[in-house]
Amino acid sequence: MNGTLSPYARAMGIEIEEAADGCAPVLSLAFRHELEGRPTAWHGGAIAGLLETACFAALRDRLAAEGRGARMKPINVTVQYLSAGRTQASFALGRVVRLGRRSANVTAEAWQDDPARPIATAVMNIMLVADG
Amino acid sequence: MPAFCGPSPAVAKSQRLAHGAPVNMFSGPFDPAVMSRLLLTRAHPGWLGLRYRDHGDDWCELELPWRADLVSDEGSPVLASGPIVSLLDMAAGMAIWIANGEFRPVATLDLRTDYIRPSHENASVIARVTCYRRTRSAAFVRGRAHDGNRDDPVAEMSGVFMTIDPARAA
Repeated sequence: MNGTLSPYARAMGIEIEEAADGCAPVLSLAFRHELEGRPTAWHGGAIAGLLETACFAALRDRLAAEGRGARMKPINVTVQYLSAGRTQASFALGRVVRLGRRSANVTAEAWQDDPARPIATAVMNIMLVADG
Repeated sequence: MPAFCGPSPAVAKSQRLAHGAPVNMFSGPFDPAVMSRLLLTRAHPGWLGLRYRDHGDDWCELELPWRADLVSDEGSPVLASGPIVSLLDMAAGMAIWIANGEFRPVATLDLRTDYIRPSHENASVIARVTCYRRTRSAAFVRGRAHDGNRDDPVAEMSGVFMTIDPARAA
């Protein structure tokens, strides 16, 4: 299952937590020193990587559900940091806001204890390149 | 801007390295070449293998060396977008400390990255970030990532950071 993640996401330690039918998968990432920024806090870049991975996972899931094969190329990402990530596991879930023919708009939220209190959010535009 | 000031106990506590040795980072103005040996060898920047390259009055340039486990696609030796955000984020922090002339904890508030093109296969990525504006509690940055030619960018970034109250940073 984690084989659908990019080599970078696997190297980070991101895992696919659960994927209920018709829902995008929740990703999890246990805290390690290698993900730390300033002492006792997650590095902003590691959080961004988790959010991006959640965006890709949600879009891949949606494309598969619609039977569309396409390569995803990131156009841009904007990350909002809402509170410091403490030294514990973080989770992320992406949502496809709009799926078009050539591009998709996807958001993601990351949280630690409570999904209703995100520590960071992201929005991505992703280019879709048809296979073949 | 505030005059140079020494560390509060809380800041000193927050600046112990992974092995627990306290580091006196206040023996003078923030020197990115020296500080890189501390900041880029540990934690997330250390894991990514970020390297210091150059700096000016208000900018810093870091490099993300290419590595097989940091790519986005099994079949293509091109660095993933995620580590490039980490590179830009770290270069931004360094640019802010250089512009401030001192090391005070900062936190990313908002970071936007446009991926203009994929980097070349097996290519390292270089990021130069400038802190172009500082207020008492915010710092505004913009930067560019490229893989050898500054005029042919891989990514463009703009962001805002908040300075952290040292008393709460420990």
